[in-house]
Amino acid sequence: MADSLPTLLLAEHDDASLNPVTARALTAAKALGAPVHMLVVGENARAAAEAAAKLDGVAEVLLADAPAYAHRLAEPVAALGVALAKEYGAVVAPSTAVWKSVMPRIAALLDVMQVSDVIAVVAPDIFDRPIYAGNAIQRVRATDGKKVLTIRTASFAATGEATGASSAPIRAVEPAGTAAGNAARSSFVGEDIAASARPELTAARIIVSGGRAVGSAENFHAVIEPLADALGAAVGASRAAVDAGYAPNDWQVGQTGKVVAPDLYIALGISGAIQHLAGMKDSKVIVAVNKDEEAPIFQVADFGIVGDLFEVVPALKTEIAKAKA
Amino acid sequence: MKILVPVKRVVDYNVKIRVKPDGSGVELANIKMSMNPFDEIAVEEALRLKEAGKASEVVAVSIGPAKTDETIRTALAMGADRGIWVKTDEAGIEPLTVAKLLKKVVEAEGPTLVILGKQAIDDDCNQTGQMLSALLGWPQATFASKVVLGDTGVEVTREIDGGLQTLRLDLPAVLTTDLRLNEPRYASLPNIMKAKKKPIDEKSPADLGVDLAPRLEILSTSEPAGRTAGIKVGSAAELVDHLKKAGVL
Ligand SMILES: Cc1cc2nc3c(=O)[nH]c(=O)nc-3n(C[C@H](O)[C@H](O)[C@H](O)COP(=O)(O)OP(=O)(O)OC[C@H]3O[C@@H](n4cnc5c(N)ncnc54)[C@H](O)[C@@H]3O)c2cc1C
Ligand SMILES: Nc1ncnc2c1ncn2[C@@H]1O[C@H](COP(=O)(O)O)[C@@H](O)[C@H]1O
Repeated sequence: MADSLPTLLLAEHDDASLNPVTARALTAAKALGAPVHMLVVGENARAAAEAAAKLDGVAEVLLADAPAYAHRLAEPVAALGVALAKEYGAVVAPSTAVWKSVMPRIAALLDVMQVSDVIAVVAPDIFDRPIYAGNAIQRVRATDGKKVLTIRTASFAATGEATGASSAPIRAVEPAGTAAGNAARSSFVGEDIAASARPELTAARIIVSGGRAVGSAENFHAVIEPLADALGAAVGASRAAVDAGYAPNDWQVGQTGKVVAPDLYIALGISGAIQHLAGMKDSKVIVAVNKDEEAPIFQVADFGIVGDLFEVVPALKTEIAKAKA
Repeated sequence: MKILVPVKRVVDYNVKIRVKPDGSGVELANIKMSMNPFDEIAVEEALRLKEAGKASEVVAVSIGPAKTDETIRTALAMGADRGIWVKTDEAGIEPLTVAKLLKKVVEAEGPTLVILGKQAIDDDCNQTGQMLSALLGWPQATFASKVVLGDTGVEVTREIDGGLQTLRLDLPAVLTTDLRLNEPRYASLPNIMKAKKKPIDEKSPADLGVDLAPRLEILSTSEPAGRTAGIKVGSAAELVDHLKKAGVL
């Protein structure tokens, strides 16, 4: 019976550290009701595995550490996932760029239909997921014996560390046989990852986002980022701002960008298209600054200011400094 | 060298969909349908590769019920050479099934590249390209924002969580498009006229030997928890007061 088997959670990490979304996905994995094992796959990833072993409710950590897994290319990582899946009733991962690329491969090779972007675990085989940019919620029963799920982490609270000094055992797993074969057909050329001292969008407690109205990359630096830094916030952007080159692609919040649910989301010069709302409407408190009082963003904002962001933002920064003094 | 582009007919991205009051699904009667925006980007990329002399033929394929051929025509009007329509009784075929059908089409057509959208904006699954790639045993590059095609390989820059990543894939390969790959063209009137004469080959799932039975049973479809508009405040100082009271500063 598949449902007596444990659950395998695939960790999001960068080898050196565990990404905070993993602890959120763990909460969803635990809701399936079976013991949870966590797979940390990468190159020189022991540090991430040790962090994973500390999380509450992790029974065992599997560490697949090999050059073939550097950069977590989809083909070898999926081959490993398929090889391990035999012993698990469910394979679960956070909906990050890595796992969005890997998980459907695992599902297809297992002949299982994946449930993408789970926002609630109703029962071990029943899940809620958003469709149409979150304008409808579908409740589905997954009838395949094994479950393959990606988790919308903004919808789950993070699991904390286990109390006391207890850590789950870490077991090394050998690379899966077919890994190398497939990996040879795709290879890593390079990457361009901006180092930032700011919190990551999907983990931030506060997000300051700018839209097309910000007008330029210089204005993002001069106007949006200082407000974010005054708040210790992450910076986000609308698609229009990213397309125009004002902000990097990984700042995009929305249906086809990042989905976030911080305590506070401040939207500056963003109209509030459904595709943008899809990525932020579950934030606890939403603030909007927009020149147009009819802008749809005000329909979801708890607090709105009708005005020019170039006047409001500096004033807001001053008031925040006062409040924090 | 042939490029295959799977295109999906979806509710137009400008339409605000309505959930049926009985929870049986989303209202689709008399609603504007269009090609999935990511698939327009995929068609555009294929056409640019052809125009650059790197591909010889662009074939658009779609799986769906009556009127799906309109979406294929849109691809033909943009410039695709011919179409394949896998005709089903209903819409909403699951990605795993779509991937299996596409695999059969790939086996029959022998393309060097398959370019899909990264995500259909109706089911928001983000699965089909990866599944197809796995079933074919071909390498994949999802979320492409730049594609450089050579004779034996393709170099693809991808939008990932921290920024951009570049991969090199052997051919044949499967790519999925992200928003910044290109800006799709509009079909010109003469090209719309020309498209009417381009062939669309109809196939049935039975011809392809694929079972359409869904694996996910849809129990209900509901409205998301709504948010109501809050208040407008007059100044930054007032806003900060409210945020302090709300406990989020
Ligand atoms: C397939 C697809 C996927 C998409 N995915 C996403 C996504 O993931 N995320 C996303 O954000 N969008 C996405 N979009 C795009 C979306 O439809 C909108 O086009 C986009 O969100 C608009 O960005 P914006 O609000 O910055 O720009 P606009 O809609 O142009 O709004 C600018 C706003 O700024 C206001 N303004 C102008 N000047 C000032 C000023 N000085 N001070 C204050 N306010 C000012 C204006 O009143 C206006 O409301 C997607 C679209 C498609 C088709
Ligand atoms: N019914 C279909 N017909 C043709 N292509 C499809 C179909 N469904 C999905 N696709 C392709 O797969 C991509 C991703 O869809 P999805 O996995 O459903 O998000 C789409 O952008 C299309 O390129």
